[in-house]
Amino acid sequence: MSEPLPQAAIAPDCLPRLPRGVRLVHNKAQGGWVLLAPERIFKADAIAAEILKRCTGEATLAMIVDDLAAAFNAPRERILTDVTSVVRMLADKRLMELSP
Amino acid sequence: MSDETAGLSPRPLGLLAELTHRCPLGCPYCSNPLELEGRSGELDTLTWARVFREAAELGVLQVHLSGGEPAARRDLVELVAAAGVAKLYTNLITSAVGLPLTSLAALADRGLDHVQISIQDSDIGSADHIAGYKGAAQRKRALAAEVVRLGLPLTVNMVVHRANIERIAAMIDFALRLGASRVEIAHVQYYGWALRNRAALMPRREQVEAAAIEVERLRHLHRGSIVIDSVIPDYFARLPKPCVGGWGRRSLNVTPTGLVLPCHAAQSIPGLEFWSVRDHELGEIWDRSPAFEAFRGSDWMRDPCRTCSRRDIDFGGCRCQAFALTGDARATDPVCHLSADHRLVVDLASIGEDAPYEYRRQVPRADLLAIK
Repeated sequence: MSEPLPQAAIAPDCLPRLPRGVRLVHNKAQGGWVLLAPERIFKADAIAAEILKRCTGEATLAMIVDDLAAAFNAPRERILTDVTSVVRMLADKRLMELSP
Repeated sequence: MSDETAGLSPRPLGLLAELTHRCPLGCPYCSNPLELEGRSGELDTLTWARVFREAAELGVLQVHLSGGEPAARRDLVELVAAAGVAKLYTNLITSAVGLPLTSLAALADRGLDHVQISIQDSDIGSADHIAGYKGAAQRKRALAAEVVRLGLPLTVNMVVHRANIERIAAMIDFALRLGASRVEIAHVQYYGWALRNRAALMPRREQVEAAAIEVERLRHLHRGSIVIDSVIPDYFARLPKPCVGGWGRRSLNVTPTGLVLPCHAAQSIPGLEFWSVRDHELGEIWDRSPAFEAFRGSDWMRDPCRTCSRRDIDFGGCRCQAFALTGDARATDPVCHLSADHRLVVDLASIGEDAPYEYRRQVPRADLLAIK
């Protein structure tokens, strides 16, 4: 069995960006947001969609967290966990760029 | 409430568009049928554009532009553009042979999302031998570099069989050096030409087991650098694969002449009636064509599938494989250890020959040969 990877934090000043070939789209037939990637499709719930919409390469991770915390009036720690989780999962799969 | 529980057929997610059966390569494991469709009957650009629109209306999210070799189509740029207009995500599935670098730039300009290049082996000589085309390996390297230079994601598809199974680590390493973000380690599945060449392609059980361990090790080692997707060879398995995600559930295939199939091997099952996009709208074909209805749901199943706890997980495995191996398309896929015919698969998996490949080639039509 594989060991879980150490939970490395993602640098707060990195600029998360969906690269070319990874697209967040709203699809009526599927009833919500989906992330389209090379020969794969991920369903994105409302929270994931809000995170991914902000991954444009123009905002740092910290700014994204702050923005979401304000927009949804939610505790920053909780938002940080959610954002880190989504960004890391996609970065691991080469579906999210982190550096400028 | 999902479509299925409401009694409607589920909505497909993917469309496999076989734009042509023409291809310069002759890979012995090709999944195209032995009876390759000729150029004269191919759908034109406008018809494909309509198919793409109808697919999007049906709920399809991604199109896999394939064949044969999609680059053999002179209208490939228009086709990619049309798929983009229909708002489909576009995957180009290519051998790289016959696709000039300038064409790739034009495709990228039209919004092509992703390119998958097949690599036959990390060793150039072996790769060209498997493909039956000298110089193929060089072309693939060159196109891969251009995909990466253009900023498009690159997947390398590596079909694994006896001739290259010992070089999985080298092949993955090669994919990394090409700049691929993803590599598919696809053990051969025995349909079409692959079925014809089965004895020459079949690896040994020890090789398959070693390969599985190696892939797992490499997946871990390269995590974050490259995604390794692996399809295991089901002749060595005890449980069947959920073939195409279930018959008529997740995907559909349109052949070069416009026939709509539930999977690329479905024409091997006798008695199925396929409808054409020339005669029907795609949604109508998906919902009502006899071929799609033939094995949808579970009413067609017999035991043990009908009452099996895995029934809605693997859907009884593969119909085409069940037919090919037992003569009965409704039988349990013999890959399943619960099949009365499972022994058949175990025996077939032990048959390997150093036979020459029968390369995949289009045979000239008999009526043309008569003109002499």
